[in-house]
Amino acid sequence: MSLYQLQKFLYDINRDESVQRKYRTDLEGLLDQYELTGEERGALAAGDIGLIYVLGANGQLLMHYAAFLGMSWPAYIQAMREGVAKHGPVRAGVYAMTTHVSEKVAGV
Amino acid sequence: MSLVFAAICSHAPGITGRANMADPAVREPFYAAYRRLREQLLAARPDALLVVAAEHFANFFMNNMPSFAIGMADRYSGPIEDPAWIGIQRTSVPGDAALSRQLIREIMQTVDVAFAEEWRFDHGIMVPLSFLTPAYDLPIVPININCQGPPLTPLHRAWALGEALRRAADVVPQRLAVIGTGGISHWPATPDSGKINEAWDRQLLDRWVRNDKAALLSYSDVDTYRDAGQGGFEIRTFISVAAAARGRGHLQHYVPIPIFAVGCTIATMDIDAS
Repeated sequence: MSLYQLQKFLYDINRDESVQRKYRTDLEGLLDQYELTGEERGALAAGDIGLIYVLGANGQLLMHYAAFLGMSWPAYIQAMREGVAKHGPVRAGVYAMTTHVSEKVAGV
Repeated sequence: MSLVFAAICSHAPGITGRANMADPAVREPFYAAYRRLREQLLAARPDALLVVAAEHFANFFMNNMPSFAIGMADRYSGPIEDPAWIGIQRTSVPGDAALSRQLIREIMQTVDVAFAEEWRFDHGIMVPLSFLTPAYDLPIVPININCQGPPLTPLHRAWALGEALRRAADVVPQRLAVIGTGGISHWPATPDSGKINEAWDRQLLDRWVRNDKAALLSYSDVDTYRDAGQGGFEIRTFISVAAAARGRGHLQHYVPIPIFAVGCTIATMDIDAS
């Protein structure tokens, strides 16, 4: 688990357009810049929001990455629910889910 | 001069970004409360607006996380978020580097703060400004408290920052307004988004309105996380404003709006000069 590095990637891509361009043109090269576990790297390479959430990424970082990937708000929320259903509870950080995976808290 | 205006308000990005997903019957009264706050702010004729905010990894990250940071530039930009996502166009926001420098020098006499000559505003500042200074024509002094990356700024230090802000405001010639922005209980950006603990919020607001320092500083982070979620850590910004204003608060609006992920709050506080 290298949650710091995973979140550093999200921090960088959220705020730096050159990182966003590299994501689209040289994803592997970009990911090489971070000391990620295989699971983290795979989740980022696949844009797997549900798994990234379960790995412990802070939502204030993750929601902007989801928007960058073109996900709507309801799709972002649903992806996290599905991540927990598939991979189990959030493993680190302070963003543990506290409602049931089938509960649509805000109706989305 | 001194502080001429003090208030607290919600800053959740859904307030602007997910406006069209909210029931107009609850959305419009909240927007109207924000517009009234703008009128009250302008009536106080401030020369600059200090925004005590809880930043969300737009400028500060765990490689070098300040407990407190204050902007010291003549020009800022925002929002850092995608404009379509947050519903606010990218713009330039005026600052006042000379004023910031004066305030920082004074605050540093009692509270260690980082300063930043670059700052890209995120929703914590841009959402309130989009209502309060929509033409972005009032100089802003951004002030950040670490409410995001543990270990967090202790509550009593947020109070100390507010006291230091007030001392600094009292020695500069400008008329200054201060707002604290943040959520009360909320679980933003998670599958729990929309969960709001109204009873907890109302207790916090009651303590804030009474400016009850002991009660405001009695929350532990463990209890806040359990009862109010990770978003509840942002009560620090409200606490700083109470310490700066010293007066009695007036709750003008509080309505939970789940699609905005927060109990939408507008309140002002009297400036006690004694």
